[in-house]
Amino acid sequence: MRILETQHLTREFGGVIAVNDVDFHVEKGLVTGLIGPNGAGKTTLFNQITGVDKPTSGKIIFDGNDITGLPAWKISRMGIARTFQNIRLYKELTVVENVMMGLHFKVGENPFKGRFIQALKSYVFASRENREVYGKAMEWLRFFELDEHAQDFAGSLPYGKQRELEIARALAADPKLLFLDEPAAGMNPAETAHLMAVVDKIRSLGVTVVLIEHDMKLVMNICDNITVLNFGMKIAEGTPNDIKHDKLVIEAYLGREEEE
Amino acid sequence: MLSGSLLFKQFREKEVGTITLYLQYIVNGLTLGAIYSLIALGYTMVYGILKFINFAHGDILMVGAFIGLIIYNALTGGEAADPGAWTILAFFISMLASMGFCAILGMAIERIAYKPLRNANRLAPLLSAIGVSFILSNGAAWIFGTQSRRFPYPFENEPIHIGAITITPHQIVIIVVSVVMMVLLTSFVSKTRMGKAMRAASLDQSTSMLMGINVNRVISLTFAIGSALAAVGGILAAFDFRVYPSMGTMTGLKAFVAAVIGGIGNIQGAMIGGILLGILEAVGAPLLHIPNGMRDTVAFAVLILVLLVKPEGILGKNEREKV
Repeated sequence: MRILETQHLTREFGGVIAVNDVDFHVEKGLVTGLIGPNGAGKTTLFNQITGVDKPTSGKIIFDGNDITGLPAWKISRMGIARTFQNIRLYKELTVVENVMMGLHFKVGENPFKGRFIQALKSYVFASRENREVYGKAMEWLRFFELDEHAQDFAGSLPYGKQRELEIARALAADPKLLFLDEPAAGMNPAETAHLMAVVDKIRSLGVTVVLIEHDMKLVMNICDNITVLNFGMKIAEGTPNDIKHDKLVIEAYLGREEEE
Repeated sequence: MLSGSLLFKQFREKEVGTITLYLQYIVNGLTLGAIYSLIALGYTMVYGILKFINFAHGDILMVGAFIGLIIYNALTGGEAADPGAWTILAFFISMLASMGFCAILGMAIERIAYKPLRNANRLAPLLSAIGVSFILSNGAAWIFGTQSRRFPYPFENEPIHIGAITITPHQIVIIVVSVVMMVLLTSFVSKTRMGKAMRAASLDQSTSMLMGINVNRVISLTFAIGSALAAVGGILAAFDFRVYPSMGTMTGLKAFVAAVIGGIGNIQGAMIGGILLGILEAVGAPLLHIPNGMRDTVAFAVLILVLLVKPEGILGKNEREKV
């Protein structure tokens, strides 16, 4: 079943077509890789889908709803979470507080809606609710093996752990679909191996994952499906095995790497 | 001029020694500072999220005082009314109504005058705020006239003597109402999900947006709360300073100073900064023999000192420029 689908998605930046007529789709429960050389339009495609930027034309369907051009907060509330190439944590908050933020703003729960009585209840029982949220946040940290850092400031964690914390926070909000933008960028091999284990765990939770990644080993090992972009256009899609043997892909992408 | 009447009202020099005299100044400074704190909160909350000084905030407190006064007079018949249970109830009704009015006014101002400029040059919203400030104060002068009006005390304002210190019921009301407001605000921000959304948005807007927080709504809410607190501050200030169209200018400016002293963007900082400024002003002026007309210089001298010694304020973080 397709959880996400783009139809003829196009984004132009004053004459430059960053994403050109892309039909991209994601199967529910699987890990989909989005690869392509630098400047292929991968992050631009992510930005259209998550509402950070609006497409010039085309449609985005998520879970049966047209989400084209909706603001980022609405899309996030509907169940799409993402991480960024450059880490975006609340650096002044502690590790556990970051995850608590994710839990406080769970998918589907609008902090501005809800009946007055409920608002009052959450106010009166705030400390109990906070204790529960704290407990859940610690569970997530244990899941990611970050619990020993719970009381450290997020900004003080080593790079690889900051990335994992960002993923933990995104997952804490209970999304249906998680976008990871180059999660292994700048990680050492040990951290990358740990990340692969993490993505495997996420899949086992039933969350659909889409990841942009340059680390071919990671992509080939972990993804069920791969879509390849080049110069803003989709040039191939299929299983890792299909992609490995795709002529266009080898020419456009793997071929270029060999020249270096 | 603003605080003069407040400070010397109950003071009878012959009866009290120097120490009790200064204790009296501190009590007076507390009430003044409580008002500064309430108003400083609006500056600091808006700055925390938008990194923008809302220079129209002082005029909102003036609007709040006028609205409160009009409703109070309509309910009780004004000066003629005998203080009693009904006048006290009417006072709180008019305060709540004024809070509501100012909350809506604050949100409307943000929507009309600031939101369209959010991505413009940083100077643009600042100029827009100054424009709004003029519109509000001149609009009030046009509608209500420029003469100042007294806010009648809704209760018997017989001074209470505690030892050698004198405190009036209206000072107690100022302190109690301010403390209640600050406790409510603090627990709102730390406990409720909306409060957490506010904190999150002030830490990082774009990340918060991706966590499903409607930042525009948070900004509206911030203006609503800040303006409602300003309305309370305006009404409380009206007991001492009377009500007139330019009453917000100096009080607003000093509350801004209080927010900077406490560390702008920090809610606890605004509370501490306000109380501190009130006390410094009430104690500093007689201590340094500053004549009544020059009293306002104390606040600004304190501001200059703070900017020289600890520019980020008491609780402020040393903010590095992000590149």
